[in-house]
Amino acid sequence: MITHTHRPLRVVLYEGQGAIPLPAESRAKVMGALLDKGYAVTRASAGGTPAMPHDDRSLLVLGLFPEQKAPQIEDASGQVKIDTRDISGLDVEGILGLVEKSRGSTTMNEPGKWKPWFPVIDYTRCTNCMQCLSFCLFDVYGVSADHKIQVQNNDNCKTNCPACSRVCPEVAIMFPKYQASPINGDEVNATDAGREKIKVDISSLLGGDIYSALKDRSAAAKSRFSKERSPDKALDERKKCLTKLVGDGFIPADVLASLPSPDEILRKAAVAKAKAQAALDAQPS
Amino acid sequence: MPDSPPTLLYCRCAYAQVVPTGVKNEVLQRLCDSGASFESVSDLCEMAAHRDPRLTALAACGKLRIAACYPRAVKGLFQQAGAPLSEDAEVHNMRTDTAEQIVQQLLA
Repeated sequence: MITHTHRPLRVVLYEGQGAIPLPAESRAKVMGALLDKGYAVTRASAGGTPAMPHDDRSLLVLGLFPEQKAPQIEDASGQVKIDTRDISGLDVEGILGLVEKSRGSTTMNEPGKWKPWFPVIDYTRCTNCMQCLSFCLFDVYGVSADHKIQVQNNDNCKTNCPACSRVCPEVAIMFPKYQASPINGDEVNATDAGREKIKVDISSLLGGDIYSALKDRSAAAKSRFSKERSPDKALDERKKCLTKLVGDGFIPADVLASLPSPDEILRKAAVAKAKAQAALDAQPS
Repeated sequence: MPDSPPTLLYCRCAYAQVVPTGVKNEVLQRLCDSGASFESVSDLCEMAAHRDPRLTALAACGKLRIAACYPRAVKGLFQQAGAPLSEDAEVHNMRTDTAEQIVQQLLA
């Protein structure tokens, strides 16, 4: 489920025919300020390169117009509401105020209130092994109709947690907002690609041998797993895990604190395993 | 018939600030000073997160040159949003390159 659906208003900074170019020193400041507030901005200059086609919503056109009169413009197709405003004499703050006023009560996402944090799969590396699906306890991953792994629930992903990227044997999972390479999308080098040991370490760290349980296809082994690990012990392990991973700066504390209960982990693991197995069985051999 | 000029796209990375502020400001300044028309978005990740249809419009822009972050990540974002970039789309990395290098490549 995706909940952040408030698309930003598109603003056109118009400097084409019939308008006066903005002073060089203020143009970038205005654009930067609008972008930092979350707007999409088109800079349209005379004889410039083609712009992105308009979308199906309203468009706000700003410019310095002769006699400070913004022309009234209508979309020929009648699909887009175009609002034109003259910005003569306005400083950056004044322009921002004008745009906010023009937007009115229309909601949109704004920087600072939410971080777009979710895994991005590099399908040129992904082998569809389903380990990420089996690993993630927050149902971020799912399987497409054609049995391919995909990110289905962005919003379930825990902000600043890139743990699934570390279990991917192909280094195919990226988090573009992450700082370090190659999780941030940097090219994968030979060292990154051969990190099987890390996968095992992280998996065992995550309390309750989740990964081992997933890989164990025997019902008897699953039963033994649950008997050998009391809920208290599992929780103790998570605490150790939390300390270690937080100490490493790899996973934020609230992620591990929000892990499901041991029973729920086992249940989710079984569901994920079944999904992954079904997808793998459906793949051509 | 002459080749049509590329569409330029600048990503501000406003939602997480992983692109160095100095570089992204200078790229924006130089693009503004160049006289070129261009598109700019607050954050491509934010758009991809909710499958913004503008990504499809951008991907369909023919020759597209993007100033954003790692090419692998940007291509993945577009693909995941159901708007795969064409083979000839260029992605220039403001996390690793200088503003001068990026603008030179965008405006070449």
